[in-house]
Parts: sequence; C-alpha cells; structure tokens
Amino acid sequence: MQFALLIYESPKAFASRTNDEIDAYMGAWRAYYQALLDAGIYVGGDPLEVPETGTTLRIEECKRRVQDGPYADTKEQLGGFTVVELPSLDAALDWAARCPAASYGAVEVRPLALETKRRITQ
Amino acid sequence: MNAVDEKDVHRTIERVARESYGRLVAYLSCHTRDVAGAEDALSEALIAALTAWPRDGVPRNPEAWLLTAARHSLIDFIPHQQVVLTGEPTVLLLRENSTETALTTKFPDERLKLLFVCAHPAIDPSMHTPLMLQTVLGLDAARIAGAFLTPPKTMGQRLVRAKTKIRDGGIRFEIPQDHELSQRLAAVLEAIYAAFGIGWDDMAGADQRGRDLTEEAVWLARVLLQLMSDEAEVHGLLALMLHCEARRAARRGPQGQYVPLSEQDPKQWSLPLIEEAERHLAEAARHGRPGRFQLEAAIQSVHAERARSGRTDWAAIGLFYEHLIRILPTLGTRTGYAAATAEANGPQAGLAILDAIELDLASDYQPYWAVRAHLLQRLGKRTQAVEAYDRAISLVEDSAVREFLLRKRA
Repeated sequence: MQFALLIYESPKAFASRTNDEIDAYMGAWRAYYQALLDAGIYVGGDPLEVPETGTTLRIEECKRRVQDGPYADTKEQLGGFTVVELPSLDAALDWAARCPAASYGAVEVRPLALETKRRITQ
Repeated sequence: MNAVDEKDVHRTIERVARESYGRLVAYLSCHTRDVAGAEDALSEALIAALTAWPRDGVPRNPEAWLLTAARHSLIDFIPHQQVVLTGEPTVLLLRENSTETALTTKFPDERLKLLFVCAHPAIDPSMHTPLMLQTVLGLDAARIAGAFLTPPKTMGQRLVRAKTKIRDGGIRFEIPQDHELSQRLAAVLEAIYAAFGIGWDDMAGADQRGRDLTEEAVWLARVLLQLMSDEAEVHGLLALMLHCEARRAARRGPQGQYVPLSEQDPKQWSLPLIEEAERHLAEAARHGRPGRFQLEAAIQSVHAERARSGRTDWAAIGLFYEHLIRILPTLGTRTGYAAATAEANGPQAGLAILDAIELDLASDYQPYWAVRAHLLQRLGKRTQAVEAYDRAISLVEDSAVREFLLRKRA
C-alpha cells in the first residue's frame, strides 16, 4: 500500500528552515530521508514553501475567487508530504513516528487512493 | 419436518451464530479487511441456513457450512467491487478453500486479530467497545446504541465509518509486535471492561439490557483468554468481572433497593463464580507481572474473603489501592483509596485523600461526593455532610442509589 505522510508544521518550524536552527532542522530531515531510502520504501514527496506563499482559488457564480493565503487558516500548516510504500497502517505509523515533524508538529497518515487514480488516468 | 424439529433447528442456528459469529467474521475479513462485507456475507449464509437446515437437516459441521456459504456470497460480490487494495490474491484465497473439503478442515481462529483491529489506536476510542460487540459478538447496532445511550441511526453511522476506516485506512489484521503489544492489549482489555461497566451501571436489578452486556463482556474476556492465556492481565480482567458478577444478586434488596457492598449478605454471593475468579487471579499472579486489572481484582478478592472470615481486611485493600494509584491515578481509584483508608484509619485520613483531589476534577463525579458525604457524617459535620449528599444525589443516575443516598442524608 502507498501512504502519504502529510507534514504539518508551525510558523516556528517553517522559520527554522532558514534561520540559525537550520542545522538541527535540516540534519534531522536529511537523516530521515536517508532512512526512507535505505528501507526501500520511499516513493516520492516534496517540502512546500511557507503557507503565506499559497494562493487559493475557487469558482463562485462563474467567477474566479482568488484568495491570498492557504486554504485552511490553522495554526499548523501543511509543510510537505512524503509518499511511502508499506504493508500496513501500523508500519506507516512507525515511520510517521520517526519523522522529525512528529516531534515538533504533526504527521497525518493517509492511504493514497490508487484505485481512484486508476479510474481517472486509464 | 414437524414444528418441534424446526424449533430445534432454529435454536441450533442461534447457538452456532452466537458461538461462531466472531470466528467467521474474523476469518472472512482478515485478508480483505472488509468487516462489513464479511458481516453481510455471514448474514446471507445464516438466512440460507434457515431454509436449508430444516429441509436437509443440520449439517455435521454447521460452522464450516456457514463458512462455505458465506464465502460463496463473498466471491459473487467481490468482482463487482474494486479490489485493488489487496487485489487478486484475496479472490484466489477465497476460491482455493471453497471446495467441499473445507467442510472437514479446521480454519484458523483470527478473532484475536479482529479484537486488536477493533481497539486500534487509529479508531476513535469511543468506538472500540461498540465495534467489538458488533463484529466479535454479532450484536446489532440498535442494541449497542441502547447500551451507549446513542440514537440507533447515529450508532449505525459511526460503526459504518469505523469499518470503512478499517477497510481503506490500511489497518492490517495482525497481532501487534512485541514493543507495542502491552499498550495495544491494554486498549482491548479497556474496551471489554467498558462494556462490562456500562452493563453494570445499567443494571438496575430488573434491567435485562445491562445484564446482557455484562455477560457479553465476560464472554469476550473468555474468548481473549482462549487466545492469550499467557497474559496475566487477561486473567486479571476476567477475575475482576467474575468477582463483580458473583455479587449480582446481593446488590439489590427484596424491594429493589440499593445495597452497598459493606452491607451485602455474603450468603447471597455466588461461590462458584468467586472460586473461578480466585483461580484466574492465582493464575495471573503466577506470571509475576502485576497490572491494573489484577490489582482491581485483588481488591475485590479481599472483599470476597468476608464470605469466609466474616470481616473485611481494609488495610490490605488500602495497600492494593496504593499500588493501583501508582499505575492508574484516576478519579475512581483515588476515591476508592479514600474510602478504604477511612475504613482502615478513620474518616479523617480518608477525607485528607479526598481533599488532595482537585475540586474541578471531582465536581461532577458522584462517587466522590457520596464518599465525602459519608465521611463528613461520620465526623459529625452535619451541615457539610448534607451539602455533599445533595451534590451526590444531584449527580446520580440510578434511582435505587438515589433513594439510598436520600435515606442516608436524612
């Protein structure tokens, strides 16, 4: 099964990508990425730029409504995602627990809907 | 076939359904993760049995007959569904064993995995007990809803949602690994004990609903024990529930009035149940791994001693509570500790323990106020005692307990 690990981070965590804490932050993520590769479970994923760079769009009454900022206005924001191939939710939760963001933010584990993807892409 | 025979057949179907339900659902769903699909297939098989068995006679192995019938309806069903998650192996696996030889071969008991799935941390904790009652024991949503004071429709929707999460969320049917086992087993035990607790609270003497649920919980613990007889806490939980069950008849007076434990007549306690509880407690102790349920059972065991010795060793109960509070510092255990200490060392000592509990924590907890009122009364602080009784009375749900508190306040 493929699971997405959705990484939720606080403004402080986003900030530590560029400030003095960069070594601790990047070091943890580099080690985690390497562990995913070594385990042979890494499928893909990327970090996202800070939430303020997001732009949300929806069509209302045939008009585009474009809004500055991310979709949800919450304290912790989606900061990136990693897709892994694992046999079960328990295995995915084990990997989520090792993710650096589990300690300073939160990680949501969600199975990929591959059957839906197949119906869309075939 | 005449009417009497048909009645017999219906009874057999009922018995097989009760004894085999969880085993069949667990086995049918453990590869597909589709608990709802397995339940549907099994109920179709049970309906088929209602027609076939009175006509052809009860099969030699009714459980295997139901399994084969349920499997056929699963195979009919699967091609219409999207089975990408687990894919073809499931269909193959179902086909492989669906020949008549399956009627004689034994199939593995996967109920333990199902219990762990029901109490999985990814499932809303409030749904652990309802899920177990439905998938392992086959209780219907309406009955579960009654026990949980929830509208049947709401309970039905929550059960469906939880089963969808099991199917699509990637929750595997497996025994947790060693590093997780104790925590995961604790969740299973808690869910079983929660069923017992609801049944116990509901059981206003004549209430069959509550009685049923305590029996179902004992049954679940017995199932768990068959599968994990080396786990001390499983023995501990069963011992605890059996000790409580043993006092069922003594809990109410002839007019249905509430009788507190200290005033119960030990002659009304069930000796066979007490003896069974003691055997499990001794077996648990043999493992040398004490735990919450063993300690609670040990406290009940000291109470049960009164049947033999005529007295209650409150100091021993206090000691068990001291250990219990270290691993389970809940409002309930702290209140129990206060009550035991008051019996052993006087009301002032008990009151000191109650005073150490944060008031906003205890404000809605009826036993806290009942014990507090009792201790204040013993100390002769009448005004304060009446206040505490009023508080306890306002929080009580069981009318027999309310009348008991009203009598004591007077």
